[in-house]
Amino acid sequence: MRPFSFNRAETVKEAIAALAQNPDAKLLAGGTNLIDLMKYEVTHPGMIIDINRLPLKEITDLPDGALRIGALASNSAVAYDERVKARFPLLSSAILAGASPQLRNAATTGGNLLQRTRCYYFYDTAAPCNKRAPGSGCSAIGGVNRIHAILGANPACIAVHPSDMCVALAALDTVVEVEGPQGAREIAFLDFHRLAGDEPQRDNTLQTGEIITGLRLPPNPFGQNHTYLKIRDRLSYAFALVSVAAAIEIDKGRIIDLRVALGGVAHKPWRDTLAEREFADRAIGESTFREIAERLLIGAKGQGQNDFKISLARNAIIRALRQAAAGTPQDQTVKAIQ
Amino acid sequence: MADARSPDLPVCNISLSINGERQKFTLHPWTTLLDLLRGPLELSGTKKGCDHGQCGACTVLVDGERINSCLKLAVSLDGAGIITIEGLGSPNGLHPMQEAFVEHDAYQCGYCTPGQICSAVALVKEGHARSRAEIRELMSGNLCRCGAYTNIADAIEEVMDTQRIRPVKEAAE
Repeated sequence: MRPFSFNRAETVKEAIAALAQNPDAKLLAGGTNLIDLMKYEVTHPGMIIDINRLPLKEITDLPDGALRIGALASNSAVAYDERVKARFPLLSSAILAGASPQLRNAATTGGNLLQRTRCYYFYDTAAPCNKRAPGSGCSAIGGVNRIHAILGANPACIAVHPSDMCVALAALDTVVEVEGPQGAREIAFLDFHRLAGDEPQRDNTLQTGEIITGLRLPPNPFGQNHTYLKIRDRLSYAFALVSVAAAIEIDKGRIIDLRVALGGVAHKPWRDTLAEREFADRAIGESTFREIAERLLIGAKGQGQNDFKISLARNAIIRALRQAAAGTPQDQTVKAIQ
Repeated sequence: MADARSPDLPVCNISLSINGERQKFTLHPWTTLLDLLRGPLELSGTKKGCDHGQCGACTVLVDGERINSCLKLAVSLDGAGIITIEGLGSPNGLHPMQEAFVEHDAYQCGYCTPGQICSAVALVKEGHARSRAEIRELMSGNLCRCGAYTNIADAIEEVMDTQRIRPVKEAAE
């Protein structure tokens, strides 16, 4: 790790000011990704701003039935919170599908949104990588790309966002609350992360000096009609090759509201709300599930080694919709897929 | 007071409780908790495996919660209470989890064992594991390349049984 200066912020305002004044600074919360990236010298901030003392740990009920999660609430605190388990079980399930208990204890809600890709070439400082060193090229295209994107990729970057939690948050129409030098604002979850475009170094739409203060989860009608299905190389403690967060509001055997978010397939948690709406009022059943899967994967493109992800995603979407429709969410302990 | 400074580089002053003893440190902000423990503090029970949060060998308890000490800057823990394997028990007074690991031969080379035991102690306290499958899932952050997993799960089950947190034994492992 390269030397840096250390600054501890006691208030959100202090953190914003320090971040705005020091373009070379990074915020430190749980550190489970940042410290790792600093050890590899993938990132080498000149200043670390420790935000762990900011009053952003609380999980609070809001009058409209929404739940507000402070940016510094740990992944464990959120996953095991009784209100999250009862009203947002999809979120709890997705969090528990990721990382390990140790990492979930340290990792924070805001940090989970800001974690970087696990693309091998992003970590390998000897290799060209447009995300790490803009303009240097993409080593994954034509390289080892088994874990890479099948949707929304472009010639600049085919990396994927690694989060499980964010896939559930995308499905749940979460709102991201941020604060910056210009004041507070809200970002719809689907607008928070971005596709690589011509700036693969930018993972999200935060502006300079802005920090995430919390998330707001609106109430939802899904009950037990949800699932988080994660497919990976080993049963635990591994990133998703493909994951599906599915939730369906059903009335008399027909779809009222369909949500399908995909992880491990794109530069951001992937969701196609236009495609989802095409299936309103359709009858629940295998043929509908197959159509949904085909529709969501229109335009999917492999890079060679990850071609298998297209059929894997198709099958995972169908299985997830089956689980969600039946009200039998994937068990994250016994990993057998029903 | 432990001192691990190089001249002309930033340092910070912090205080930590290490295995029950409050201590003050002057250290570089990039010192991880793991390096502080194994270096200046000479508490080498906590192991450095991957040093990247992938193996769990460095697991310690911070304010009662298990974390990977390799991914924590010590300076960010100012004021916290740390328990390492050395603080759980002693050769003459083993922690029940240590006793169970010995009893069940829950190791081969032993390198991952301090992390496994710290993790297992936290797992029991967290109270989310009841079945053997849950124990295995919630111990998945600790790798054992010798493959002592079966005996590790046995040891944890015994401690939970003794504490009357009866896990459901499963026929198929």
